[in-house]
Amino acid sequence: VCACVRESVCERERESVCECVREGVLFLSQSPEAACLSAEDISPSSNGPRDDDPDDLFAEATEEVSLDSPERQPILSDGPSPAITPVTPVMISPRVDDEDEEENRDTFDIQISVSDPEKVGDGMNAYMVYKVTTKTSLSIFSRDEVCVKRRFSDFLGLYSKLASKYMHMGYIVPPAPEKSIVGMTKVKVGKEDLSSVEFVEKRRSALERYLLRTVKHPALLKDPDVLQFLESSELPRAVSTQALSGAGILRMVNKAADAVNKMTIKMNESDAWFEEKQQQFENLDVQLRKLHASVESLVCHRKELSVNTASFAKSAAMLGNSEDHTALSRALSQLAEVEEKIDQLHQDQSYADFYLISELLGDYVRLITAVKGVFDQRMKAWAKWQDAQVMLQRKREAEAKLQYANKPDKLQQATDEIREWEGKVQQGERDFEQISKNIRREVGRFEKDRVKDFRVVIIKYLESLVHTQQQLIKYWEAFLPEAKAIA
Amino acid sequence: MEVSSAEAALSVSASSIRITDVTQDGDVLTFAIASQKLNSSAGVCVFRIYEDFDWLQQSLFSQENLPGLQGIIFPPLPSKALPSQSNTQTKALKQLGFLALGQDWQSYCKALEFYLQQVAAHPTLCKCKALDSFLINSESPGKQRGRKGIFNRLSQAVEEMRKESHKDVDNFFQNERNKNTNLAALSKVATEKLLDVVMTEQKLALACGHFATSLHLCVNQDDAAAVAFSKVCLKLSDVIEAVNRNFEKVASNDLSTLGLGLDLESRYQEAEKVWECVLMIACKLIELETVKKGTEKAKASKREVMEAFQKAVEKEFNLISSVAKQEIERFHSSRVNVLKNFLIGWCELQLNTAKEFAELYSQHLEACRNMYSE
Repeated sequence: VCACVRESVCERERESVCECVREGVLFLSQSPEAACLSAEDISPSSNGPRDDDPDDLFAEATEEVSLDSPERQPILSDGPSPAITPVTPVMISPRVDDEDEEENRDTFDIQISVSDPEKVGDGMNAYMVYKVTTKTSLSIFSRDEVCVKRRFSDFLGLYSKLASKYMHMGYIVPPAPEKSIVGMTKVKVGKEDLSSVEFVEKRRSALERYLLRTVKHPALLKDPDVLQFLESSELPRAVSTQALSGAGILRMVNKAADAVNKMTIKMNESDAWFEEKQQQFENLDVQLRKLHASVESLVCHRKELSVNTASFAKSAAMLGNSEDHTALSRALSQLAEVEEKIDQLHQDQSYADFYLISELLGDYVRLITAVKGVFDQRMKAWAKWQDAQVMLQRKREAEAKLQYANKPDKLQQATDEIREWEGKVQQGERDFEQISKNIRREVGRFEKDRVKDFRVVIIKYLESLVHTQQQLIKYWEAFLPEAKAIA
Repeated sequence: MEVSSAEAALSVSASSIRITDVTQDGDVLTFAIASQKLNSSAGVCVFRIYEDFDWLQQSLFSQENLPGLQGIIFPPLPSKALPSQSNTQTKALKQLGFLALGQDWQSYCKALEFYLQQVAAHPTLCKCKALDSFLINSESPGKQRGRKGIFNRLSQAVEEMRKESHKDVDNFFQNERNKNTNLAALSKVATEKLLDVVMTEQKLALACGHFATSLHLCVNQDDAAAVAFSKVCLKLSDVIEAVNRNFEKVASNDLSTLGLGLDLESRYQEAEKVWECVLMIACKLIELETVKKGTEKAKASKREVMEAFQKAVEKEFNLISSVAKQEIERFHSSRVNVLKNFLIGWCELQLNTAKEFAELYSQHLEACRNMYSE
């Protein structure tokens, strides 16, 4: 049985892997039994301790979905690269309730920095390596201070693992930064120009923000993959980075959600909160994108101003050089210097515009996509529950029919199946309630963090504005006597 | 620099001349020009259109019986503004440069005002009756377009002369000419570059305005979380709005001082170029005249007449030369002074703006720090 969206959707039931998996749909919740297991049951294809428990209900599911197993190879090599890291059907039982969260916040003491980008290798095989430094007093870490080297695909790998583990439970997993073929090609080719330098800095900053957001999440902070990412000196390479971009994964997740939208039974929302919140996030998405575009225009003009100021400074310098009158010549040269300094201020301010405001808005546009994904996961969970109910009904009807036929062994099988599906229905309901609860909590946390993030940015931005003005005051005060000195 | 000689003097104070208002009626701009009567507390106000300014300039050029007129560097009159609807800003910028910017023709009026002040302050030009009439007659100077000044008569010749390279009259003028050519080009470039800067500052102000408005659209009162976020967005909107006003101020400062100053400098350099050509032509004419007379007189072979003529020609030549030299000195000291004043004005305005906004941003910062620490 194909363990993708729903049994009835998959047309090729005979094949062990259906269309959906081949196209790379990120498979999330498999068998209903999975929800019961605790954190320690981890499939063999992920990091962490192996568990060969014969009662492992995952065994079957894992085998079917694991992309590493030999039977899969021929199928996978044909189609487009679906290489997602093997799905880990890990369910961390939601022990992190509100109290734990508050506790975590009080003792949240972890600093992460991403620094020292270094180019490794040559030509098109080259890549950048970043130093990730973690300083913390938290006990889950083995040391106070750790330094590791990571490349971009490692970050993507981390995100894909976290997304596959947590998104279907309704956790908002912060997305990793975007891939950029153009940006990276320039860097690989070895251009040491300003745009490659800017690109690397932009990426470094984005990676740092990504990690900080990830560890801010109380459940993710404790995740073994996260800990390994931050602490291990060696990290197994991510399987294939083609499909691993944050947006790529979210797209696949949302593709699954689209399938959900084509469902025949529309979900009737008993809880108005979800409907309202979804609408709010839709609106916010639109607004944030507009804001982001607006700020990008600001950044662009600021850069233009810097260019024009530099150009004017040069022309003033030339004018000063050609001027006979000594004091006027001097004043004009000073004017040119002042304008050059102002140009530098414009550049610095444009970095502030960009890194503080523009990137914040960009990050939130991406985060909202993750939030929307999580709401869709809830709809999926609901659909699965409903389908189980439908199935149960069918099984009951089948059993009823078999009552009148004289086939005792078939009857037994039917009865067994009924019990199986009763279990699935109960599990479906539990999963749905759990994800609903998780989403409420996650949204609350997201909204608090959002306000905090924006406040921090406003303060930093104001600080940069004040600094710029104070520098300007210095420059003008220095220039005034020069202008007055012209005889 | 009031002139108090026995000759017909200007009846108003040069430094009191102001353009106090401008009204637009279709294509036509009407300027209100006010000035203070000398030795009296009475003020005068007249209304003029661009054509009246043009008439004044022509009158100045075509003054007769003014010895050494050819040596004078005439203050440059800004080009005519074409305010019709079909005239887009790009066209206006091409035509007028800096003078096209600023609200309600402020920069343009300032430039015209400056022109009048310069003419009134010129020791020779201020005596021109046309100027007095321009400034105090309630009726406009009339449609006297018949009289063409030197400039018009020789305008074509001017262009010809500039293209050819002629041996200069004097080494002094040769030197001056080289410097002038260089400075004219450089100040034109500097003016254009500053114009680019001001345009970009205005674009930035606009972009900030849009961004601030968009932030307002994020306001949402649905629930407590939305309200909290809305407050933050509104705060950011206020900050960006302040940045908007900041840029507008900075652009306006650039425009009203340095922009105007560089534009004036640029046009003065051009005026000097024209002056050089006029000078060369005048000298050339004298040369030709000498040759002509010489040929005629040679037939009559009246040596005394020839000598007398030669002396007269030399006298005229020397007069032009001395006026020209004086003009150059005056020109240079005046332009240095003008630039100095504009640079000081510019610096002071920008300094004040920087202080004002440093204060404003600090207040916002203080307020935010207090609010968010709760």
